[in-house]
Amino acid sequence: MIRKSLAIAAVAGMALSMANAAEARDQIRIVGSSTVFPFSTAVAEQFGKTTKFKTPVVESTGSGGGLKLFCAGIGAQHPDMTNASRRIKKSEVERCAKNGVADVVEIKVGYDGIVMANSKASPQMKISRQQIFMALAKDVPAGEGKLIPNPNKTWKDVDPSLPDVKIEVLGPPPTSGTRDAFAELAMEGGCKKIGWIKAMKKTDKKKYKAICHSIREDGAYVEAGENDVLIVRKLEANPKAFGVFGYSFLDQNADKIQGSLIDGKAPTFEAISDGSYAVSRPLYFYVKKAHVGSIPGMKEFVAEFTADKAFGPDGYLTDKGLIPMGDAERTKFREDGANLRNNIDL
Amino acid sequence: MTDAATTMNGNTGGGLTTRNSGEAVRKSLKRRYAAEKRFQMYGILAIFFAICMLGLLFTTIIGKAVPAFTQTMINLEVTLYPQDIDPDGTRDPQVLSRANYRTIIRQAFFDLFPDVTSRRDKRQLFEMISPGAVFEIRDQVLKNPDLIGERVTIQMPLSDDIDQLNKGQIDRNLPEAERRVKDKQIAWFERLENRGLVETVFNTTFFTAGDSREPELAGIRGAAMGSLFTMLVTLLVSFPLAVSAAIYLEEFAPVNKWTQTIEVNINNLAAVPSIVFGLLGLAVFINFFGMPRSAPVVGGLVLALMTLPTIIIAARSALKSVPPSIREAAYGLGASPLQVITHHVLPLAMPGILTGTIIGMAQALGETAPLLMIGMVAFIVDIPQGPLDPSTVLPVQIYIWADSPERAFVERTSAAICVLLAFLVFMNVSAVFLRKRFERKW
Repeated sequence: MIRKSLAIAAVAGMALSMANAAEARDQIRIVGSSTVFPFSTAVAEQFGKTTKFKTPVVESTGSGGGLKLFCAGIGAQHPDMTNASRRIKKSEVERCAKNGVADVVEIKVGYDGIVMANSKASPQMKISRQQIFMALAKDVPAGEGKLIPNPNKTWKDVDPSLPDVKIEVLGPPPTSGTRDAFAELAMEGGCKKIGWIKAMKKTDKKKYKAICHSIREDGAYVEAGENDVLIVRKLEANPKAFGVFGYSFLDQNADKIQGSLIDGKAPTFEAISDGSYAVSRPLYFYVKKAHVGSIPGMKEFVAEFTADKAFGPDGYLTDKGLIPMGDAERTKFREDGANLRNNIDL
Repeated sequence: MTDAATTMNGNTGGGLTTRNSGEAVRKSLKRRYAAEKRFQMYGILAIFFAICMLGLLFTTIIGKAVPAFTQTMINLEVTLYPQDIDPDGTRDPQVLSRANYRTIIRQAFFDLFPDVTSRRDKRQLFEMISPGAVFEIRDQVLKNPDLIGERVTIQMPLSDDIDQLNKGQIDRNLPEAERRVKDKQIAWFERLENRGLVETVFNTTFFTAGDSREPELAGIRGAAMGSLFTMLVTLLVSFPLAVSAAIYLEEFAPVNKWTQTIEVNINNLAAVPSIVFGLLGLAVFINFFGMPRSAPVVGGLVLALMTLPTIIIAARSALKSVPPSIREAAYGLGASPLQVITHHVLPLAMPGILTGTIIGMAQALGETAPLLMIGMVAFIVDIPQGPLDPSTVLPVQIYIWADSPERAFVERTSAAICVLLAFLVFMNVSAVFLRKRFERKW
């Protein structure tokens, strides 16, 4: 009996090592941002059910991780598309080019608002970006050219108009695209309102970025993991805390949590889509042109994603929390996608 | 202090009389019994605490999961006009599957509400039906093309928001802006209910479908099959390898520096964090051997590496616990070393080895971290047909659903946990069964 099972194992092991997937795939593979993941998967599912092609496999690897895989090379073992909750960086374009991935099509799919929210049991907060910076930065300016470790313990310490409540913000960790965007849009947005720091942007960009993007590590900002659902639950349990996450989670949980007004604007669908809500970012996906033709259905998938029934104002992606772009931008990216235009220009 | 002294004296049988030492024992007896009682109490308390926690876990998970096993459906009467579905009358499945069933449903549904006219209202009204309704009709037509031209009642799912409303998860008393379902939709839903068109049925989709972005269409089948294939590969690779390694190390290998190093390393390997195995799998199986990403084969191999040390350690201690008299008796009757092992030692050690295997497999079943690296944390709709198809596994499915914004995924997350637990119970029960069969008393 043992001899038999050993023989089976040997055969199985051999069969496994022979299993070579270098042969062409018949299924699109997508990697990338966890923020774009819900939208990308919704399109993938729709695409799989309504066309003759197989349903694409979508992995959630994070924007940076996705671009790394995407740029690793050409061939069936590399993904065909990657999602990103930020634009591709110059270094990534170069990395892509070095590995033979020269032709990449960039498709912007829409916007995502980043909200700061708290439980409905507490009053709604009205805050400016500068106040967010003063509350959450690692070092805050004290007079011209001088930085001190953030001394603010309560929101009231930041500004007398804010409530007398301990600063406690739950947000994503540094690996998250949401955190990058929050740092860039909310923190830096507030930071550059301070004259001498703004002036530093030209003279010492590195230092400027370090001041504006560093979030305090003394316990006022709690890294709550990449799971936004968890943050929402924690807010329910702790009415004094605030959370930072994507708009779609606010939309789904509007009965329990409320978005804070930032610079006088509430995070609503309309305010994010017309750009008046300050903390919103574009979402993208990138298509590897070299794979079009060898992997079936890529052009059709791009067409499905950029159809008005998907990313348009009444499309099914808005129901998942995507904030659509204006007509002109949608038309531009739909055409870029259809013609596979090499449109990255950094 | 004096007590202890006398007891000691009594024990050593020194100058004191036996009557005295008996007295001392009697005196301390009560205290010693009390200590034993206390010790038992601690044990019972610990078990009680563990049971309470387990009970709490099960009640919350099962309590949350229960709603996921039902789904709110609508019995909609639709007319399948031939000109909409199959204008040329070819009955070609290609044509049938691409027909515009959406219009048919819209028409039938709007006919129920003749008073809804504005475009905005119609949109809100149609949102109440799941996008999966289209596929429901399509499947019915494909299965039975004779339905074309008939007026039939087809049961189709309502959207997740309406489903949540029906299950009482959405509070109707909240202001309209704070809930996903609008006042008008509630009124329409109540009208449907009054006409007897709404039915809550057992959620078969949950057990037959793959993943979906729409909670009402999402199922656990894809992940369960993925787990099954992955575990199968893990078992086929790790069990024979681990058992042969254990037999060699325990029965044949000489004790020297080499075998000692190997032994230490096996023990260390058992403590390596699982993500490291994922990185290894990515580097070796995918990048070097060119195996497919997201496939249960690679997942199974990675998890097999992870479970190997667990099984080896368990198997070695099981082999060690077989009494030497058995071996000696077999040798005495003229059996060769291999015969001694395969005929006598291994069958006796089997229950212990199986227990170790099941522990290792149960660990592997719950792993997500190493699978992240090899692309099994992914959204996969198609149900895998074999270990080479892209698939995900149960714990990953739980993670993906737990991370989804839609409220209806909360109950599905719990339901998926129940399925994972059922898997575990099944594995444990089969282990107990196998153990009973192999068990031999001596």
